[in-house]
Amino acid sequence: MSELRDGGRDRAGRPGWLAALSHAGPSLWLAGMLRRCGVSGRGAVIVPPIVWLLLFFLVPFVIVLKISFAETQLAVPPYTPLVEWTDGRHLQIHLHASSYLYLLDDPLYVQAFLSSLLVAAVSTVLCLLIGYPMAYAIARADRSWRNTLLLLIVLPFWTSFLLRVYAWIGLLRNNGLINQVLLSLGIIHEPLVMLQTNFAMYVGIVYSYLPFMILPLYANLEKHDPALLEAAIDLGCTPVRAFRQITLPLSLPGVIAGSMLVFIPAVGEFVIPRLLGGTDSLMIGRVLWDEFFSNRDWPVASSVAIVLLLVLVVPMMILQRYLERDAAPGETGAAAARAAPPSEAAS
Amino acid sequence: MSRRALFLPSALSAGLAFLYVPIVSMIVYSFNASRLVTVWGGFSTKWYHELASDRQMLEAAWLSLRIALVTATGAVVLGTLAALALARFGRFRSRTLLSGMVTAPLVMPEVITGLSLLLLFVAAAGVPFMPSSRGFATIVIAHVTLTLSYVTIVVQSRLATMDESLEEAALDLGARPVKVFMAITLPLIAPAVASGWLLAFTLSLDDLVIASFAAGPSTNTLPMMIFSKVRLGVTPEINALATIMVAIVTVFVAVAGVLMSRQERARQRDIHLAAAAKG
Repeated sequence: MSELRDGGRDRAGRPGWLAALSHAGPSLWLAGMLRRCGVSGRGAVIVPPIVWLLLFFLVPFVIVLKISFAETQLAVPPYTPLVEWTDGRHLQIHLHASSYLYLLDDPLYVQAFLSSLLVAAVSTVLCLLIGYPMAYAIARADRSWRNTLLLLIVLPFWTSFLLRVYAWIGLLRNNGLINQVLLSLGIIHEPLVMLQTNFAMYVGIVYSYLPFMILPLYANLEKHDPALLEAAIDLGCTPVRAFRQITLPLSLPGVIAGSMLVFIPAVGEFVIPRLLGGTDSLMIGRVLWDEFFSNRDWPVASSVAIVLLLVLVVPMMILQRYLERDAAPGETGAAAARAAPPSEAAS
Repeated sequence: MSRRALFLPSALSAGLAFLYVPIVSMIVYSFNASRLVTVWGGFSTKWYHELASDRQMLEAAWLSLRIALVTATGAVVLGTLAALALARFGRFRSRTLLSGMVTAPLVMPEVITGLSLLLLFVAAAGVPFMPSSRGFATIVIAHVTLTLSYVTIVVQSRLATMDESLEEAALDLGARPVKVFMAITLPLIAPAVASGWLLAFTLSLDDLVIASFAAGPSTNTLPMMIFSKVRLGVTPEINALATIMVAIVTVFVAVAGVLMSRQERARQRDIHLAAAAKG
């Protein structure tokens, strides 16, 4: 700013800020303005996503928490206000625990929570049992094949989830494809009732979430050094034992990440139980949906959401820890090497 | 071949069959002249004609496409910024907060996200800069929130495997950070940004639960239409719709795959040429 003299005016008599503008160009001016407001270049990168997520991801939970402590009433919006001014002078805060007490009181809700956790856990184990060999097979396949195989795993994920669930209705119905094939082969003589049972629900959940199990497992298994297994087998280890003592422990981070990616969303699943499960299937996601859309009981729906969130906080933190570790470049390779140094594997 | 050597390939084939049988069955039935699944009534494209003349369905599809376009673009901008911050800025003060808020929507049950967003929209109805009624804008906001995590994960993993020395060299030579990003980082992460955009687009196009919460009573997206039809039973029209969607996705993925492998080959050739010139 050394060229600015005479009270902030340059030779042409323009005010200083305008001169700065014309000299430096608008982008520099903008950068300077932002810096003066305390926003650096880094800030301009960090702030927009943080503000967006705070506003549309975190703040909504505060509102859910607030409404879960309200009571239902016939009005718009259909719940009692939490904070009220009476006579314009007294501030009144009404906290109602009634919707939480209602959840405890009615065995339906406790049962729905427990059965959702059970269904999600069983589905996770099934995904692991089906997904682990698949991920392992892809990781051990010829390098030129791996990308094609991975693409085949991911491709269904790119086509509509809703339509893929719908496809199972056509397969599982009493006169659906599976019953047709089994009847014509003479394996069964009466069509099996599969649709709107727990069986159909499990099939749907495992089918929809299988890629989420396979991908993190593959990412982990692909990094393993085959020399470790070769060394173990050279030293007289059986393949099964080598797998149990080397591959399985090393793949544990992948197993945990994949399991959390399946388990957490499966607990609150709505579409699959609604389309494939029976009318009596008690999944908490369905209960929440019905409380909100059919019963229009916003406080109870909110308290169901809060309890569900509290149940899922621990698995989410586990997942977050594993993803963070995976995202740090070079860290997992080093960790894997540390976990099983070659000398230890050989002994 | 031993029994063990056969186990892995057969497990993989069985798993892939499990993934593809439902999709293939939908495609086959979409050409079935008969309404009944039990009977093969001969080859026919009549369900496609019926679909093409279903005005409600077409309107819903058009709305969903527009929502998906805006969503994907917004999610790519915010998601790439978040990925840059997480992959390049080391440990900053709000890092844990940001990475937590990026991971959580990935696994958060949709009913919770949907409910919480709806309650926000209802509470914020009078607030300036917030949508005053529910519809297009609220669905886009909800979908951007959901999909920006996916963009962040995809772009962040690309940034993590990328050589940072190129960016550092440009900075050392006096390029401004914005210029470095535009000239070096962005072209290198472009494939990840593109697949992030596509992922956000398909997720938005497919979402039923969050859109149902965020939509007003008069807004009907394509998944909402499909859901209300499917609840009433199997309709061959939906099979036709599914087949069209599968065809579009396959073409997209094939084109993207060819383009990316071509780009990769060109890059390898450049590296070889550079190495040859040096030697």
